[in-house]
Amino acid sequence: MGKRQVVIVGVADAPLEKGVIPGGANDLEIQARAAKAALDEAGLKLSDVDGLSTAGLWGIPGPGQFATISLSEHLGIRPKFSDSTNLGGSAFEAHVGHAAMAIESGAIDVALITYGSTQKSQRSRNLGGRPPSFSLQFDTPYGLPNPVGAYAMAATRHMHEYGTTSEHLAEIAVATRQWAMKNPGATMRDPLTVEDVLSSKTITDPLHLLDCCLVTDGGGAVVLTTEERARDLKARPIYVRGHGESQTHMSIAAMPDLAFHTAAAESGVRAFEMAGIGPEAIDVAEIYDSFTITVLLTLEALGFCGRGEGGAFVSNGRTGPGGAFPMNTNGGGLSYAHPGMYGIFLLIEAVRQLRGEAGERQVADVKTALAHGTGGVLSSGATCILSNH
Amino acid sequence: MYEKPLPVIDPTTRPFWDAAKAHRLVVQRCQDCKMHIFIPRSNCTSCFSDRLEWVEVSGEGTIYTYTIARRPAGPAFKEEVPYAVAIIDLKEGPRILSNVVTDDVEGVTIGQKVRVIFDDVTEDVTLPKFVPAES
Repeated sequence: MGKRQVVIVGVADAPLEKGVIPGGANDLEIQARAAKAALDEAGLKLSDVDGLSTAGLWGIPGPGQFATISLSEHLGIRPKFSDSTNLGGSAFEAHVGHAAMAIESGAIDVALITYGSTQKSQRSRNLGGRPPSFSLQFDTPYGLPNPVGAYAMAATRHMHEYGTTSEHLAEIAVATRQWAMKNPGATMRDPLTVEDVLSSKTITDPLHLLDCCLVTDGGGAVVLTTEERARDLKARPIYVRGHGESQTHMSIAAMPDLAFHTAAAESGVRAFEMAGIGPEAIDVAEIYDSFTITVLLTLEALGFCGRGEGGAFVSNGRTGPGGAFPMNTNGGGLSYAHPGMYGIFLLIEAVRQLRGEAGERQVADVKTALAHGTGGVLSSGATCILSNH
Repeated sequence: MYEKPLPVIDPTTRPFWDAAKAHRLVVQRCQDCKMHIFIPRSNCTSCFSDRLEWVEVSGEGTIYTYTIARRPAGPAFKEEVPYAVAIIDLKEGPRILSNVVTDDVEGVTIGQKVRVIFDDVTEDVTLPKFVPAES
């Protein structure tokens, strides 16, 4: 018996108003609402779900440490496969990979991946409150702003080695905002210029406020099953062609090379090899944008351009609407939403582009899409390659 | 009272912090392949030997990268801004993250030579920090 082909048959994200969940909900309810919407879209029921994946900082300290148990209790299901792998923001791309292996092997038939956070409405974002134990005992006492300071040090090094400029980084924020202006669900939709980014407050050199992602609530869900099962379902199946993951460090001081996103490079190679294609075959790219520098480093690591060429690559609106390299087409973490961990939204937007459902922001003739998550402080990378054929 | 975060010291890292309290900078060295290693651990990350020893290092290094915090990492750092956080390549090889303590924070740069100083922040904890070598 050959491997079963894995497909995505449902996606959903929670509507936001000014970055918060209207009416309020807890972290579990947000995930449950998104799960129902994604399952409804697929034409599946909650009782069909036999694999459950989630990750987050929600409910920590507290029962959120047992993420899938808390969520399965809330949903009222008893999954026989669960995955609370937490790689930071890239967790959800890794969850797709793990769920795909479970579905391929026949262990499960329907996997539900969710994320939810009320960090904005609950004012609960508190990364600085982590006890400085293990390797962080050598970082946190020195006042490195977390996580932005770590990304800033990567940007400083990249600028030193390759002559990358703040203008290059600003180009990414500007192009991403142009996509957000085409997305009615995006949080930030006012026009943005390179000058606006450069004149926004410096948080920690060389990153400005507008080089940084938003702080919002958010929730999302993705449903996977087999191609065979999808024949009886209403949603157009999107094929999982390749996946990969890697991780390199917890403390930024232990990152192998601060001018190169090693985890993304290793993850990307694995995903491309599995898919049997290269970067040139990607029609639309959804690249984790916690900070502008995250994107630039990831583009180089995945091989969309050479090392040190990221600045030139993103110049002149190349990644914006009408550009040669459509990227972060929902407005990204920089302008759409960023509820602490953003990786699931990369998958949701990639699927909508592949289905041709992206409305005003739809890219023409999309056949193959890439979603790449980055977690921690450039600590992890996980990549999914999806197609509609 | 010292309000900033303090390291959660554990048995594995205790020798580093005890040495810092005595104003000595120590890291581990592999007795088999001779590589210097930081952060503290039980095996060499190069040859996977578990024969590691603690050795004092020169305290001299070069700034590999840095950032100048214009916004504090929490209220306890409010009085410090702007301040420099850097990753330093120690002369013996390992990288260490610390502050570069200087009146000329805008002059901090990649490649700058620095040397260790010891900041006794509490009775129990001393933080190794760095200053420009020429100062």
